[in-house]
Amino acid sequence: MSFTRRNVVAGFAAAGLAGVAMPAVVTRAYAATPKKGGLLKMWIAEPVMLTGAFNSTGQIYEISGKLFDGLARYDFDLNPKPQLALSWDVSADGKSITFKLRPGVKWHDGKPFTASDVQFSALKVWKELHPRGRSTYRYLADVEVPDALTAIFKFERPSPYVMNSLASVESQILPRHLYEGTDILTNPANLKPIGTGPFKFKEWQRGQYIIFERNPDYWDAPKPYLDGVVMVIIPDAASRAVALEAGELDVAGAIPVPLADAHRLAALPTLEIPVQGSEALAFQAFMELNLRRPYFQDVRVRRAMYHAIDRNFVRKSIYFDFAKAATGPISYENAKFYTADVPQYEFSIAKANALLDEAGMKRQSDGLRFKITHDPLPAGDHFSRTGDYFKQQMAQLGIAVDIRNQDFPTYYRRVYKDYNFDTTSTGAFGLTDPTVGIQRFYWSKNIVPGVAFSNGSGYNSAEADKALEDAQTEVDPAKRAGLFRDFQKIVMTDLPLFPIADARYITIKSKTVMNIEVDPLGAHGSFAEAYLAR
Amino acid sequence: MSHYAIFLLRRLAQACVIVVGIVCVNFAVVHLAPGDLAEVMAGQGGGGDAGYVALLRERFGLDQPLWVQFQRYAFNLLRLDLGYSFKDNMPVAALIADKLAATAILMIASLGTAFLLGIGLGTLAAVRQNSLSDVVISLLALIGYATPLFWLGLLLILLFTVKLGWLPSSGMRTIGVPGSGLAGVLDVARHAVMPVLTLTVFYMAVFIRLMRASVLNVASLDFVRTAYAKGMSRRQAYTNHVVGNALLPMITMLGVNAGGILGGSVVVETVFGWPGLGRLTFDAIFARDVNLLLGILFCSSLLVVITNLVTDLVSAWIDPRIEVSA
Repeated sequence: MSFTRRNVVAGFAAAGLAGVAMPAVVTRAYAATPKKGGLLKMWIAEPVMLTGAFNSTGQIYEISGKLFDGLARYDFDLNPKPQLALSWDVSADGKSITFKLRPGVKWHDGKPFTASDVQFSALKVWKELHPRGRSTYRYLADVEVPDALTAIFKFERPSPYVMNSLASVESQILPRHLYEGTDILTNPANLKPIGTGPFKFKEWQRGQYIIFERNPDYWDAPKPYLDGVVMVIIPDAASRAVALEAGELDVAGAIPVPLADAHRLAALPTLEIPVQGSEALAFQAFMELNLRRPYFQDVRVRRAMYHAIDRNFVRKSIYFDFAKAATGPISYENAKFYTADVPQYEFSIAKANALLDEAGMKRQSDGLRFKITHDPLPAGDHFSRTGDYFKQQMAQLGIAVDIRNQDFPTYYRRVYKDYNFDTTSTGAFGLTDPTVGIQRFYWSKNIVPGVAFSNGSGYNSAEADKALEDAQTEVDPAKRAGLFRDFQKIVMTDLPLFPIADARYITIKSKTVMNIEVDPLGAHGSFAEAYLAR
Repeated sequence: MSHYAIFLLRRLAQACVIVVGIVCVNFAVVHLAPGDLAEVMAGQGGGGDAGYVALLRERFGLDQPLWVQFQRYAFNLLRLDLGYSFKDNMPVAALIADKLAATAILMIASLGTAFLLGIGLGTLAAVRQNSLSDVVISLLALIGYATPLFWLGLLLILLFTVKLGWLPSSGMRTIGVPGSGLAGVLDVARHAVMPVLTLTVFYMAVFIRLMRASVLNVASLDFVRTAYAKGMSRRQAYTNHVVGNALLPMITMLGVNAGGILGGSVVVETVFGWPGLGRLTFDAIFARDVNLLLGILFCSSLLVVITNLVTDLVSAWIDPRIEVSA
């Protein structure tokens, strides 16, 4: 079965808002008998290290889950499933979580995996050194270890989002015996990791490839089916497209080629683009507005501008249907928390102009109302193309847009430190929980100069803050989802940011590669189930 | 003391002053760019909190005033320690050593081929000035010079990998093929064909045009006319007198290009996934990995100084009229 463009779109339609896309595909993948053996060749952008316990850069997110397991993995509804933890028990007050660990699990060096590894990783690594873990585990007071297979997380305040952040790539457990008493950040094991996962590190040739080989002692025997995974480093997108076409690559994740090219590749008889496998990332493209600017302080101006952006056009012509038009701050892929029941801003230039007139933004004699700048995130042409489209649309409102291109460091400084910007085109992972992935852009306490991907717009709403803060500690899942629904309504009324597209973080793969989309992390997953049908 | 020894000593002394100057300028220029490694790493990691950025900055020594950072850098350099790349979690010297061979293979092979072909084709074009072969060679040189490297590289990949399936599209080694022995050498050679060809086309264009002009120039000089007057054939005159003398500007040009070897070629390395120093430099700039960048710049500037010296010595050896004491 191949995924042509039509099938992909149909998949969306069928999936609807429930987010459970195309169950037929999963059944098919599971039904076949896995074939053992073979090396899977996968593209990767060269990482700086191979452990993700305290470094969350995208390529490490894509790699380290193959070497390490987490306490839990997630199903497509993003509910936790046992991995290294067999079961968990959250206390009624939400301040304590007891994990029962899987017995008989061994590190790649043969030492047993125990609760003391979990204790060390949670307290000394995630809480202190992980860029997101520092807030996820902020209220983690202690981890008690009554026996070798029990770890009890004690929190000062309920932290319900922790149960959504236990995947190996987000909360990675490091071997205590190799890390304790060393400088964790420069420990040699970061480059030659010892994990518990389905694959073991074998070799890293800088600038060329990284080889992982099968872990024969994996606890989930007979998995993994592959003999190994080779991560090939190809820096140029056009060369990657060729390598996929020539069969030199089996899998390339994380939007490996420009989206226009992705369609051409997916139409080839040997390649396909799975519809599933980015749910746990829940990527969204959006625009930030610098609310410190006088003309953006009037909500009518913001609404006018949003009315002038045809998000369906962006979906079709910039994201080539590998996305849905965004309706709110949370991606539809995060189905547990997403709601479409928020104020809508249909595409209407007339309405936009009327709103601007009403707001007193008069056109000058040259037809201009005001001038702004626009900074696209320098990470993929979809952001700069969105910027070009934004400029065209704003011209129809009498708003002149000056697009500024720059490298990452300059961009971070401008947008998140000096606040010397008007608008941006950017994007971020919503991840498995809004407290972890979304809150950072909207919470007024996260206006922290110098921190990238914080609240750069300067949005400060007591209402939104309250919804977010209540959701941080609300133990009841239904009530918590309700708080996030409130949050989405508030934010879509105030419009401090413009949600643009809920884009799938696509993977292009050979049709002979099976079972990588069985996990909501897709190509970022462990590949324990993956096999080659050739 | 001989002529050469004095010359060498003086030039070495000059070189030291130049290198010290380069170290200072490099440090200043690198720090002019906005942003630092801590911000980039926190940003690529998806943010974090203010404490995280501060933690990284402290770890990298970026919390110190600039002059303290310079002091540390200079001290380390005196001990021949290029520092630690916090981006790649490796000592800078090890990183550079790692990529040096790949860059050297690529650059020496393409410069060498281009140099030899340049001499041959340039001379041929000059000898047959205004003939069809001259027009063809000059046109090829012009096209080679004007063709964007990335485009040529991609076309080669389309032809040799996608259509013909003869050559691997990227990388330097096939995974699983042993690194040493004949098989290893052949494997690297197979991977090197397209990147070397791409770069050769570019360099060759320069060498052909230079050689042609130089041969034409020398051929019109009086001593060549004298050689003809003595009854020398055209062939003899060219092989014995013209080509040798016409080589001088070529040597200088080779020296200039050889000095840039450590820079690699970002474009060719990117298109062919060749693990060289060009990419390393490029990535270091965008990550604001100051230690790594300074290390590469330092090594490159050393090489430029050395090749300049060698070029002068070689020129003097080829043409004794050039005085080394000058």
